[in-house]
Amino acid sequence: MKSTLRIAALAAELKTIGYRLAAALAICVVLTFLSDAFLTTNNLMNVLRQASLLFLLASGLTLVILTAGLDLSVGANIGLSACIAASIMKLTGSALLGAACGVGIGLTIGLANGLLVALMRMPPFIATYGMLWVVHGITYWFMAGTTLYGFPPAFRALGSGYFLGVPIPVYLMFVFLTLGAFFSQRTTYGQEIYAIGANREAARLSGVPIVKRLILVYAVSGAMAGLASLVFLARMNSAEGDIGEAFTLPAIAAALIGGTSLFGGIGTVSGTLVGALILTLVLNGMNLLTIDASWQPLVTGVIVLLAVFFDTLTRRGEEARK
Amino acid sequence: MNDSTIALNSPSALWAGLSRVPGVAWILGFLVIGFAFATGDFLSGPNLLNIGLQSVILLMLALPMTLIIMTEGVDISMGALLTLASVVLAWVLAHDGSLMLALAASLAIGLVFGLANGMLVAWLKMPPFVVTLGTMGMAEGLALLFTDGQSIVVANDTLAAVYGGSLLGIPQTLLIGAIAYVFTHWLLYHTRFGTYIFALGGNPDALSLAGIRTNAYLIAVYAFGGLMTGLAALILTSRMSSGHPTAAIGMEFDAIAAVVVGGTSFEHGNGWLFGTLLGVLAVGALRNGLNLLTVPSSVQVSCIGLLVIVALLIDGFKGKK
Repeated sequence: MKSTLRIAALAAELKTIGYRLAAALAICVVLTFLSDAFLTTNNLMNVLRQASLLFLLASGLTLVILTAGLDLSVGANIGLSACIAASIMKLTGSALLGAACGVGIGLTIGLANGLLVALMRMPPFIATYGMLWVVHGITYWFMAGTTLYGFPPAFRALGSGYFLGVPIPVYLMFVFLTLGAFFSQRTTYGQEIYAIGANREAARLSGVPIVKRLILVYAVSGAMAGLASLVFLARMNSAEGDIGEAFTLPAIAAALIGGTSLFGGIGTVSGTLVGALILTLVLNGMNLLTIDASWQPLVTGVIVLLAVFFDTLTRRGEEARK
Repeated sequence: MNDSTIALNSPSALWAGLSRVPGVAWILGFLVIGFAFATGDFLSGPNLLNIGLQSVILLMLALPMTLIIMTEGVDISMGALLTLASVVLAWVLAHDGSLMLALAASLAIGLVFGLANGMLVAWLKMPPFVVTLGTMGMAEGLALLFTDGQSIVVANDTLAAVYGGSLLGIPQTLLIGAIAYVFTHWLLYHTRFGTYIFALGGNPDALSLAGIRTNAYLIAVYAFGGLMTGLAALILTSRMSSGHPTAAIGMEFDAIAAVVVGGTSFEHGNGWLFGTLLGVLAVGALRNGLNLLTVPSSVQVSCIGLLVIVALLIDGFKGKK
C-alpha cells in the first residue's frame, strides 16, 4: 500500500517535471537552429555550470517558498558571504577557513531572517527585504570600494575546475539535489515544511513546531547562499561590494519556473533544478544571439511575472474545483 | 484617601500616558537629541531646512506607500520607477525643452506602471510583492537600456527653479510636499475612496459583498502610487539637474521603512498618515545626521533597517502591555 502511494507520488512528480524538461529540450532545439555556438561542449558545460550555481541558491529558497515565505536577501547574502570569505582567505591564506566563514556568514544571515519571521512575526518579504539592504550596507562598508582577487588554486577549482570533463559545480548540484530531495520528501522535517505551507493552522494544531521549522528553512536558505557565494567567488576569482546583486530575481524565477507555488505547500527541489536550467538556457541564448545584457533583468522580470501568473491561475482553478 | 490613591496611581498613570505616545515619536525624539549632541550643525536652521527639502521626495513615495500597505499590499518597484521616470523626464527635456511635456511623460510612465501593478494585483490576484518585484526588474532594465548606463545631463533654468525656487519666501519643494500631504490626507480621511482603502485591508470580502467594485479601488491605489512617483521624479531630476539610471534604486526601502516606523501595519488596514510623515522625518533625520557624521550611504541603509526593527519592537512591546 505504502509503496503504491510512493510510486503514485513519484509518477506525479515526474509528470510535473516532465513538462518542464520538455520545455527545456524545446529551448535547446530552437537555440541549436538559431546559433551555431549553442551545441558545443564548451557552451553546454558553461550552461550547466551557471545552472548549478543558480540551483544551489534557489534550492534553499525553494524550502522557504514551500512554507509560503520568501527570501529576498539571497543576492545580498551572496555578496557579504563572498566578500568575507575572500578577505579571510587573503588574510590567512587558508581556503578552508575562508570557505567556512563564507558559509557561516550565510547561515547567520539566514538565522537572522528566521528570527525576524518566526519570532517577531514580520511578513517574510518585508523582513528579508529589509535584510537585503542591511546586508548590502554592511558589505559596502566592509569592502569600502576595494576589490579582492587572486585566491588559492585549490579554492578556485570549486568554481572553475573540471572532473572527468564536467565542471565541479555540477557535481555539487547533484549532491545537493539528492540531499534536498531526500530531506524534503523522505524526512519528517520535510513533510512538516510542506504542511506549514499548505495549511499553517492545521499544521500548528497537529503539533508541528512552526517557529523551529521556519527558523530552520531560513537558516538553510542562508547557508546555501553562503555556499553559492563560494562557488561564484571561485569562478570570478575576485570580490567586490556589488558581487551577487543580480542573483535574487533569477533565483526566485528558477524556483517559480520549477513549479514551486508562492502560496506554499507545492513544489519540489528537483523542479527547481529544471527551473534553473530553463532560465539559464534562455539567458545563454540571449547571450549567443548577442542581445544586450541590459535586457536580462527585464526578461527575468517578465518570466517571474508569467510564472506567478500561471501559479495563480492553477491555484484559482483548483479552488474552483473544490 | 484620595491623595494616597493619586500617589499610588501616578507612576502607572505616567506609564499609561507614555505608552500612548507612538513609537515613531520616541524614535524621532531620540534621533534629534542624539544627533544634536553628536554633531554641531544638526539643529542649525539651514540644516533643518535641508532635512525638510531632502525628505520631500521620500514623502511623495511614502504617502501612496501607506495607502498601498493599508490594502495589505506593497510596491517595491517605486525606486526603480522613480529612476525610470526621472531618466525619461531628463531625456524629453534635453530633446524638446518643454518642462510640461517632460512632466507629462514622467507622469505617464508612472501611471502606466502603477496601473500595471494594480491590474496584476487586483484582477489576477497575484501577490503584490512579487508583481512589483517583477515590474521593478523591468523598470530598472528599461532605465539602463534608455540611457546606455550614462547620465542625461539637463541644463535647464525652469527645471532648476523647481527645486531651488521659492514662493512667498517658502521653498517650492516644501510647498509641493505639503500639498501632496494635504491631498493624500483629504483622500484618505475625507472621501469614500479613503474609507474603502481602510476596508480593503480590513475586510475586502465585506466590501465586495456590499456591492463595491473593490478591484477598481485597488487599481486606483497603485495608480496613485505611480502618479506620485512620476511627480517625485520632477523634484529628483531638478535636484540633480540630470537623469541617472541608478539614481533612486532602493529608495522604496526608505519609503517602506518610513511607513512601518510610522506605525502603519501590514495587516488589517491599520494605517496612520501622520505617522508616515513623522516616519519620513525620522528616516530623513537619520540620513542627514549620519551624513554629518560622514557615515557612508551604504551603512546608512543598514541603520534604516535597524530603525525598522527597533520601531517594530517598541510597538510590539506596547502591544503586549
